[in-house]
Amino acid sequence: MRKALIWIAFGAALIALPHGLSFSQQEILVFLTINILVVSSYRLLTLTGEWSLAHVVIMGVGAYASAMMTKNLGVYVPVAMLMGGIIAALIAVVLSFPLFRMKGFYFLIGSFAAGEIIRLLWKHFRDPFGGAKGIKGIDPMPDFSIGIYDFDFFEPVSYFYFAGFIVIVCLWILWRIERSPVGLTFHAVHWQDKLAEASGVNLRAYRTLAFAVASGFAGIGGALLAHYIGTINPGSFDLDYMVFVLTWAIVGGTGTFYGPILGCVVLTILNEVVLRELGFEQLRPLIYGAILIASILFLPNGLESIVQKFTKRSAKS
Amino acid sequence: MLDLLAQTGLNAVYAASYISLVAVGLVLIFGVMGVINFAHGELFMAGAYVVVAVYADMHMPFFIAVVVGLLFVGCLGLLMERALFRPLRDNPLGGLVASIGFLMILQALATMGFGVRMEFIPPVTQHVVQLGENISIPLARVYVIVAAIVLLSALWYFLKRTRFGWALRASAQDPQAAELQGISIAQTAKIAMFIGAGLAGIAGALTAPLISVNPHMGHSVIVTAFIVIIVGGVGSLEGAIIASIAYAFVHTFVTTFYGGVIADITGLSLMLIVLIVKPTGLFGSADRA
Repeated sequence: MRKALIWIAFGAALIALPHGLSFSQQEILVFLTINILVVSSYRLLTLTGEWSLAHVVIMGVGAYASAMMTKNLGVYVPVAMLMGGIIAALIAVVLSFPLFRMKGFYFLIGSFAAGEIIRLLWKHFRDPFGGAKGIKGIDPMPDFSIGIYDFDFFEPVSYFYFAGFIVIVCLWILWRIERSPVGLTFHAVHWQDKLAEASGVNLRAYRTLAFAVASGFAGIGGALLAHYIGTINPGSFDLDYMVFVLTWAIVGGTGTFYGPILGCVVLTILNEVVLRELGFEQLRPLIYGAILIASILFLPNGLESIVQKFTKRSAKS
Repeated sequence: MLDLLAQTGLNAVYAASYISLVAVGLVLIFGVMGVINFAHGELFMAGAYVVVAVYADMHMPFFIAVVVGLLFVGCLGLLMERALFRPLRDNPLGGLVASIGFLMILQALATMGFGVRMEFIPPVTQHVVQLGENISIPLARVYVIVAAIVLLSALWYFLKRTRFGWALRASAQDPQAAELQGISIAQTAKIAMFIGAGLAGIAGALTAPLISVNPHMGHSVIVTAFIVIIVGGVGSLEGAIIASIAYAFVHTFVTTFYGGVIADITGLSLMLIVLIVKPTGLFGSADRA
């Protein structure tokens, strides 16, 4: 009962949140919502112990797929977003064949190479992908009404509600996956791979599954981004963005479900509120770099380890 | 046609020389420290910016700027060793992540100090060596080739013929056994970081007048270096040099005949194929990853 009340209060706070913010802050809130989905899906991949550097590019696959489907085939936008996620997952399955022959550092470099190849293909083929300039004028989400609220997607508030709803549904699915036997197997694949294999777990299949599911949700995140900003190009999904995702995950900590989300929220607030208000916007990579180094040196388990110190009773998870 | 092939081959030799300097430094750091230095491309960039500051802005002679570049970037390497890699020695992923952080800091510093625009560097020499009717190479590129040959030979001599080099190779092979023999791991780590970073710095300094110097130039350098060390086998110096030459030829020829993006795709695909077929690389046997 008390738990339900907390969730209702949390939901109400989320609905009220954008109304206290300025227009540009509302836009940042939309990006933050999408980034939360990206970083949470990244955590699902890290559960199996692999650190990919292709995650943001896979997110871009979802963005490109969704944008091209609405633009060239006239698919209804939400359907295209879902298809973007599915295509991202399928590309991940294809990539898994070469990539999962590698482990650890080799996987990291291999995924980096695979991601760069995809990005270069976008850059090279002007015909479907628009070359270096990318795809412009992507159809926005068509307006609709649900009776009590009219969605007008020129307003970031509307898009925040829409994206927020999708992201919460996705997070719920990710949470259920992690708590299911499949999710426990992911943990086993990471920490006890020999034992898991000896118990009849097909390691390769579970790694591929985690990679595909994580990529699918990243693809949905990319599609949400594409239909919001309306223009994407190969530079939108470059290594810099990947480093930010990595920073959020590491600063937050990947041991718990909320860790990466916490890292993403805290760093975005720090970045947008503190740096921008103080006029240090140019220092952003410098400060991100310093935070990344400081957290790996002094807080190797991330911000979540601070939270855990205060809430020790949640030790059963 | 023959002229074009010869000219492209000559360009490939030039590319091979600076790529091998960068890749050998990366392999040396990996061998001794067990860390893949993601910031290696930014060390190359730092070397190039030293030339911008010392040669283009302060009008000092070019070769002084190159030496300053070597020393400055070597010291950056020492800083990385002390501040990042030594505390994170027990955390295999930690060093890599910390070097990504260092990369962002260096990039931001370059942007703040010099701006995002491309730097103009007055050419060191306009002289062009004419080797045939249609075959020529700018003298500045010859400098890079000569420097690479001299530095790599010196490094080879140092590693194979001196006591320090012997200690370095020992601690790359087996750190614990080396320490038991009285070799100071901290000492060899410092030497390896200084040489490894310094090689990247001098490569950046020497090529600075020939390429576009900007804060994001490190990206393509590190991608190239990764391809080379994977193909050559992580941890193998000879492999890195051979792979540099092979990669430079493939990349230069594909660029000349099919364009730069296709050449990049070819290089990355080669690396993926090597990773799939023979993850230890064509010449590597060491496996510390």
